[in-house]
Amino acid sequence: MMNAASDVIIVGGGLMGSSAALFLRGHGLSVTLLETDLIGRQASGTNFGNVRRQGRALHQLPLANRALAIWRKSRELLGTDVEYLQSGHIRVCYRERPELVGAMEDYADKARHEGLELELLTGNALRAKFPFFGADVLAGSYSAMDGHANPRLAAPAFARAARRLGAAIHENTKIVDAQKVGEDFHVTAEDGRTFRAPILLITAGAWGNALSSQFGEPVPIVPKGPNMSVTEPVPYAIHPAVGVMTPLEEETVYFRQVARGNIVLGGSTRGPSYPDQYRSYVLPQNTLSQLKQIRRLAPALGKLNIIRVWSGIEGYLPDSQPVMGPSGTTSGLYYAFGFSGAGFQIGPGVGETMAEVIAKGSTDIPMEPYQIGRFATAP
Amino acid sequence: MAEPRIIIVGAGPAGVRAAEAVVQAGLRPTVIDEARRSGGQIYRRQPDNFTRPYEKLYGTEAGRAKALHDSFDALTGKIDYLPETLVWNIADQHVWTASGNIQQTLPYDALILCTGATDRLMPMKGWNLAGAYSLGGAQVALKSQAVSIGSEVLFMGSGPLLYLVASQYVQAGAKVAAVLDTSPSTARIKALPDLLALPSVLWNGIQLTRALKKAKVAVHHGITPLEIMGSSETGVSAVRYRTASGAEKMIACDAVALGYHLRPETQLADLARCDFAFDPATHHWLPLRDQDGRASVKRVYLAGDGAKILGARSAEASGKLAALAALADLGRATGNGEMIALRREVATYAKFARGLATAFPWPAHQAAAIPDEAIICRCEAVSAGDLRSVMRETGAVEANRAKAFSRIGMGRCQGRYCGLAAAELIAAVAQIPVEQVGRLRGQAPVKPLPIAIGEEE
Repeated sequence: MMNAASDVIIVGGGLMGSSAALFLRGHGLSVTLLETDLIGRQASGTNFGNVRRQGRALHQLPLANRALAIWRKSRELLGTDVEYLQSGHIRVCYRERPELVGAMEDYADKARHEGLELELLTGNALRAKFPFFGADVLAGSYSAMDGHANPRLAAPAFARAARRLGAAIHENTKIVDAQKVGEDFHVTAEDGRTFRAPILLITAGAWGNALSSQFGEPVPIVPKGPNMSVTEPVPYAIHPAVGVMTPLEEETVYFRQVARGNIVLGGSTRGPSYPDQYRSYVLPQNTLSQLKQIRRLAPALGKLNIIRVWSGIEGYLPDSQPVMGPSGTTSGLYYAFGFSGAGFQIGPGVGETMAEVIAKGSTDIPMEPYQIGRFATAP
Repeated sequence: MAEPRIIIVGAGPAGVRAAEAVVQAGLRPTVIDEARRSGGQIYRRQPDNFTRPYEKLYGTEAGRAKALHDSFDALTGKIDYLPETLVWNIADQHVWTASGNIQQTLPYDALILCTGATDRLMPMKGWNLAGAYSLGGAQVALKSQAVSIGSEVLFMGSGPLLYLVASQYVQAGAKVAAVLDTSPSTARIKALPDLLALPSVLWNGIQLTRALKKAKVAVHHGITPLEIMGSSETGVSAVRYRTASGAEKMIACDAVALGYHLRPETQLADLARCDFAFDPATHHWLPLRDQDGRASVKRVYLAGDGAKILGARSAEASGKLAALAALADLGRATGNGEMIALRREVATYAKFARGLATAFPWPAHQAAAIPDEAIICRCEAVSAGDLRSVMRETGAVEANRAKAFSRIGMGRCQGRYCGLAAAELIAAVAQIPVEQVGRLRGQAPVKPLPIAIGEEE
């Protein structure tokens, strides 16, 4: 059976797809958003919730700034609170890696040109201001305009706002086939429903490759699960989100306190995930390594308990950059997936940018680093 | 070939009988238990320096309690016993344990989960006041510490535990304000054919009711709980309820013991990735198992109330049966005749349990009537009104979705105490069967885990 046609079909109801649906409606295009499961249940809903620009590749900063402007007006835009707090973000390095201080200074210099102001602080200055930091912390970079939000709420809030503006949103709709027939894309769900539109946007996260491959553009995406924990609630006292800069995955650790009082912990070794089964698991050894790293970063947290762990399914690309922009093979086809564990902050900016590209044909946001063609093998 | 490693989680009736069977087969199992002493909940042992006799502590079950304790004591030296130890996760054929800050990872060839039960609760206005306890909590206070939860205690809810704990309080000399049962007395008549599966247990139950009557304790059936009254400063002061004939009444008290029979502790089965199914008779989601206790996951076995609420006697039989099944699967010959007898025994207990479910039904319909201001999720302080308004705003009807949006079941108990009632409330609002709301996905750790775990001194 053929369902009603629309201007744009979006496959994948995470933060990218949901925000793109909202902004496409703003351009007056009719939108059908198709989601296998429920909106924002995987990477978009299970990530740490960092609304963090600092530490991103410099070429991502224009996109990150665009996203920040949306986060700042999210309450009015979405008509609901997604617990966005512009409460700062601190990135620190350890004594064992003094060379990172230079890298931090260099990044701060360059980021300033992109509109990201960072304040560099010594370990002692940090400890004076934030006594929870451990003795291993050598220096840090403070971004006052970064912060955090609640990932469980964000993507569904964008989807509800899009629906209020007229977007058709179909959850529990697993897409098994997409192809271009004449001027239109025909997108078929597992239960036989078919959707039709002249424009197709793939925002399917770790599942993106299954669809891009149908158009001759496979990408080497690897699914992984973030390693998340949360503590019992304690009085709200830690405002900025905090993370460690290190080349070692195991040492990577970060935390933030939500206004309710719980402290959300993330990082250390990522776990396996199973996109075919829509499941991912936190391995116990990864929880332990995460807790060890948290004790090193903020020894005071060692007095608390964690009450829950969780994971989701994220899609990682080899250069940690997403696939974003038009297809190289098929006109009318666009991609925005593979955000490699760093898509939450820029998500709304991605949605707005993709809507702009689709509706207007161009954008001021630099898109070259994200072309899908970079993975094409030489003919 | 190295000796097979059998791990038993829980040292209640199921765990003790499982351990005994493994020892009898010439193997040395590891028994991991959260409590300081063996016995589980129902046969909970008093602290070392307490000297109350068995008859006083366990009443009609004194003989069984003593037999179980003696059996466990006789296993000393033949098992590796880890008391005060939490199994906080299961992965890749290993259990991950925490005892204080000490972490251990233990491999297994067979894992027998005898994780027991906790109270099944239906939230109501005031159930979070100081002085409001679960029936199990009230019993622990008495059994373990020989104290009453108040000077005038009201018992409310339904199920055999309601009468057992009330009569234990009477016997211990505490003042019982009343027993308020939500089940209509007619339900008991309907349940009689199944309850006659165990005439002696039925008789014990009748005796409990008689003892309450003799002590002049008011017992009312078919009531509807309305409110536990009191203030956050002074705690419980009274209970307001509606009688079977529709009149509103109030009884003064300074403590309430509340509960609706029991619910199985299934988080470890969930973390072991066992399949679950909805049980329409009890409204519980239960891990699937065969008649001997084999779970859907290889090398995992389920026994006792942790698998399905069939009572302590059944737990002893199903614990042994699961151990024999595990031994058989590991190539250790066991007596087939004994397994057949144990299966028959468990089937009898299952019939009786069905009778209990009929006699003391879970008042699912009450969830719909919970007032907006009543707290549903005590850990995260989410009220019925919060949940209803989240449903209105987001349309969430799936259990994990409702949790993600409202925080219900997101706190330190992970929905073990509020999850069932929250699901009933969601089902009532959405007008769908409760099984369509689904089941909260269990996540590690089973109980809070110190961040200091594994820290070197």
